[in-house]
Amino acid sequence: MKTASRIYTFFIFLFLYAPIAVLVVFSFNGSETMSRSVWSGFSLRWYRLLFQDRMLLNSLRNTLVIAVVAAAVSTVLGTAAAIGIGGMNKWARRAVMDITNFPMVNPDIVTGVSLMLLFVAAARLLGNRSLGMLSLILAHITFCLPYVILSVMPKLRQMDPNLYEAAQDLGCAPVQAFFKVVLPEILPGVVTGMLMAFTLSIDDFVISYFTSGTTQTLPIFIYAMTRKRVSPEINALSTLLFGTIFALLMILNFRIAGNPGRRGRKAGEGADQ
Amino acid sequence: MKMKSAAFPYLVWMAVFIIVPTMLVVIFAFTGRDGSFTLRNLESVGQYSNVFLRSIWLGAVATAVCLAAGYPLAYFIAQAGGRRRNVLIMLVMLPMWMNFLLRTYAWMTLLEDSGLINRALTFLGLPTLHMINTQGAVVLGMVYNYIPYMILPLYSVLTKIDKSVVEAAQDLGADSRKVFLRITLPMSMPGIISGVTMVFVPAVSTFIISRMLGGGSNLLIGDLIDMQFLGSAYNPNLGSAISLVLMILILICMGIMNQFDKNGATEGGIMV
Repeated sequence: MKTASRIYTFFIFLFLYAPIAVLVVFSFNGSETMSRSVWSGFSLRWYRLLFQDRMLLNSLRNTLVIAVVAAAVSTVLGTAAAIGIGGMNKWARRAVMDITNFPMVNPDIVTGVSLMLLFVAAARLLGNRSLGMLSLILAHITFCLPYVILSVMPKLRQMDPNLYEAAQDLGCAPVQAFFKVVLPEILPGVVTGMLMAFTLSIDDFVISYFTSGTTQTLPIFIYAMTRKRVSPEINALSTLLFGTIFALLMILNFRIAGNPGRRGRKAGEGADQ
Repeated sequence: MKMKSAAFPYLVWMAVFIIVPTMLVVIFAFTGRDGSFTLRNLESVGQYSNVFLRSIWLGAVATAVCLAAGYPLAYFIAQAGGRRRNVLIMLVMLPMWMNFLLRTYAWMTLLEDSGLINRALTFLGLPTLHMINTQGAVVLGMVYNYIPYMILPLYSVLTKIDKSVVEAAQDLGADSRKVFLRITLPMSMPGIISGVTMVFVPAVSTFIISRMLGGGSNLLIGDLIDMQFLGSAYNPNLGSAISLVLMILILICMGIMNQFDKNGATEGGIMV
């Protein structure tokens, strides 16, 4: 039984990682014919071409700007929303949460086209503007918000509600009480929400595709690359992205390795999302 | 702490960017190009019933494969000891961090007629297989992209099952098959349900996987919608009608799944 389960696990992981390994190996392929699957010696030419690609660097910059703005705005709005929703009566809270869950349940493509209809109508009203960074940022904030709210709400529920009142009894103004007492209590939820918003924004293709006009983000650039029949630059780009993610996760893992209890919980939390 | 007003900006945001766009989809679905009320769009969705059936069928097959392949893995990982378990679950999550376009592109390289798999077959003196641009390739792409969404919720519920319940069943004379069918499986129902929805919804509505691995001949609902909004067949009214039907279809599926959840053990549910 033990060996059978090991072999099974091995094959699933082989299935998960073999395609990535192929991308990585072929990113170093020096083939002159630009074929995707003929190996002809080690070379870094695709990396060189990648870094000379203006469009790529431009789309990377767009992606980062959008992700930072979307994460910041959705974190502030979402945290405030979670606090406000906590103070609502049962009926109102349920109605708001149903609508909050809606974009997460709704297929991305439907969210994408519905926002596209809104932005196209708004752009026409505002005098034939075209979709671009602004519509992308608004769309990204919209799909990030539910994730922030859902990661802040449990932390608020765990918090002792008397703490906030105690701070006020001891002379804190409401705003001061929020920053000194409430925020530190819910901070882990706020940070989780912000990180999720950031990664979701960087990774999003479908909603961006419908709300971007002619502006390119990294996933849209990748999509354009895959439409060309042969472009080994993609392999180089994948390798760089995968390497970056892998390095980041390793660093995170080592940083919290000293605290196994916490790391165990983190894995569980990741799974809940 | 009563600070209802803190939610006010969010309520406005929600109204403008969730409710209004959804209303727009409904309005567009029920109007013609000239803006007058019509049922024509919804009627023409009927012409595409084969595309809908194909999407649902391929999505269901992919979901079933994910469940069948993912459940044992989630179970083995949940059984593994502390450190090993964390490494394994991290390895399940890692590919999710890579953009799904790149993951799908990787399979293009492998499945092509002159791709790596066929080269390997030729090298071994075997006949080549035509794999790309088939429904099998589309299902494979779906399984590959979405299987972590099945494994993670399953793993999460399986680790929460109280070992003493399993031991009690064994003490009372249940063999391992009975323990699995009567204890483990019912207790992992919430995980199965959230896994199934998390795989089925994106699989049914995808348009990238079908385009990259299915060629032009295996259109899915997502491709139809894309064609109406950004493609050659530009017709946002028809596109909205298709989106509306897709949305309702998904909501019905979710309703049915939630019903299952109520019948089973709800403890530790992780609906998304």
